[in-house]
Amino acid sequence: MIASVGLEVHVQLRTNSKMFCGCENRFGHDPNVQVCPVCLGYPGALPVINGKAIELTVKTGLLLGCTINHRSKFDRKNYFYPDQAKNYQVSQYDQPLCSGGHVDIVLDGETKRIGITRIHLEEDVAKNIHFGDASGIDFNRGGTPLMEIVTEPDMSNADEAFAFLSALKQILQYGGVSDCNLEQGNIRCDINASVRPSGSDTLGVKTEIKNMNTFKGVHRALKYEIQRQIRDIEKGREIIQETRRWDDETGVTASMRTKEYAHDYRYFPEPDLLPVELTDAQIEAWKEGLPEMPADRRDRMVRDYGIPEYDAGVLAADRAVADFFEATARACGNGKAASNWVMTDMMRCLSERETDIASIRMAPEQLAALIGLVDKKVINMPAAREVFSILFEQGGDPETIVKDKGLVQVSDEGAIEGMVDQVIGEHAKSVEDYKAGKQAALQFLIGQVMRISKGKANPQVVRELFMRKLG
Amino acid sequence: MDVEYIAHLARIRLTDEEKERFAGQLGQILAYVEELGELDVEGVEPTAHAVPVHNVFREDVARPGLDRDTVLGNAPATRSDQFLVPRIIE
Ligand SMILES: [Zn+2]
Repeated sequence: MIASVGLEVHVQLRTNSKMFCGCENRFGHDPNVQVCPVCLGYPGALPVINGKAIELTVKTGLLLGCTINHRSKFDRKNYFYPDQAKNYQVSQYDQPLCSGGHVDIVLDGETKRIGITRIHLEEDVAKNIHFGDASGIDFNRGGTPLMEIVTEPDMSNADEAFAFLSALKQILQYGGVSDCNLEQGNIRCDINASVRPSGSDTLGVKTEIKNMNTFKGVHRALKYEIQRQIRDIEKGREIIQETRRWDDETGVTASMRTKEYAHDYRYFPEPDLLPVELTDAQIEAWKEGLPEMPADRRDRMVRDYGIPEYDAGVLAADRAVADFFEATARACGNGKAASNWVMTDMMRCLSERETDIASIRMAPEQLAALIGLVDKKVINMPAAREVFSILFEQGGDPETIVKDKGLVQVSDEGAIEGMVDQVIGEHAKSVEDYKAGKQAALQFLIGQVMRISKGKANPQVVRELFMRKLG
Repeated sequence: MDVEYIAHLARIRLTDEEKERFAGQLGQILAYVEELGELDVEGVEPTAHAVPVHNVFREDVARPGLDRDTVLGNAPATRSDQFLVPRIIE
């Protein structure tokens, strides 16, 4: 059996204000404080399109290789549900802003192209809170710009759907279209899945799983639903076109109460909004303003900073990380060192603290200054690591930290020689071992000097002194 | 014309007498509108708006909304600063 999966991805756009009114578009406020006559659906209130939302949607279309439609309009989607006050949602029916397009995903080294059917713009609905005996409505989210990206049923399993969502998220974050914060519900999606016998080219009957808000959830739900459909067909049961609900706790999908009538949204053109007409010049201007995409950035960073392609790929995967790296590399002129610090110590600290690079106190200029101190041999690597931890936690001037902590490296032979002689006197056995050809003994002896110098001795100088004295 | 279906979509409860009366009235209205079908509209683009105006956009600037007490003051019932509605069964 072959499975076919399509997704409808809803993305909250990064705008200051809502789709059709000037209320603030921000997560986390107290209920019903970002509301006005328009987003509360008061009779007579008139909506006006937020130009920024059009721009962000068209930019997304350009990033996904879509055709940008020169003429587009808004329509009313009519239904009764207490997540909106007007009894219709303003959406786009037959003339979306973008059509066609694709996202390339890479799995096990193989690239697969997932088709995009369309991208349209609509208003998000209010949030419902369930009290048990009744439900509450918070209209803060109601009327915020929501972009819907509809894919072709081109994915054939849960892994591909997960890879698609990850790739899409990276593009949207890079494009500055959305923060894609899953905890805040910035990306939510509906899944369409069907199975058919191998060799058949007609799609099987599909089921829909609505309102998924984590990528992991999508992966688990699809794994379950595809297996369920195959099992049912093998048992001779018919698949019914229906909406199913994913239960994250039990890990199964279950049929939702079948509706008396199928959905009949009676779309019609929104009479309160005028059509959108985009000229080639406008589209071209937005295209010019698009940021560099991850793959292009990776290749350029290899050229500009002389770092390995793999490293450049890791850094480029996250726009904020790549920005930090580039600012550091430019400030210190040592791309290789900047890449090493960001790829190892920075990534480790970020994952240990479960934070992101935009939230830390350390500035790229500070890391650059630290790299400069290492390059000028003012401090050695163990000391640099110590300074890095301090910078990561609280920021600061690396030179001041080095002075305050007394971390300046001692390279003066005269100062180190006494310690080397002391170690030779105290560890006769290791000295004999080294003279007999055991390299590990030399490491031990150098380690002793480092210990006595409290880490400040220049290990290179220590090594040379030992080799001269014992050679 | 299925009056019962239309009434359901509009969430209106109708008596049998009303259903019969409205079926007749709706039939007349539809027949009247269907007269448009006599016109030859070959090559005429469908239009959603009669006036040739487009691209009326707002600047993306946030401004304060309504005061919450005023907003909730119109609600028949509230709880925890939210509009209270009968329990939603999905
Ligand atoms: Zn509003």
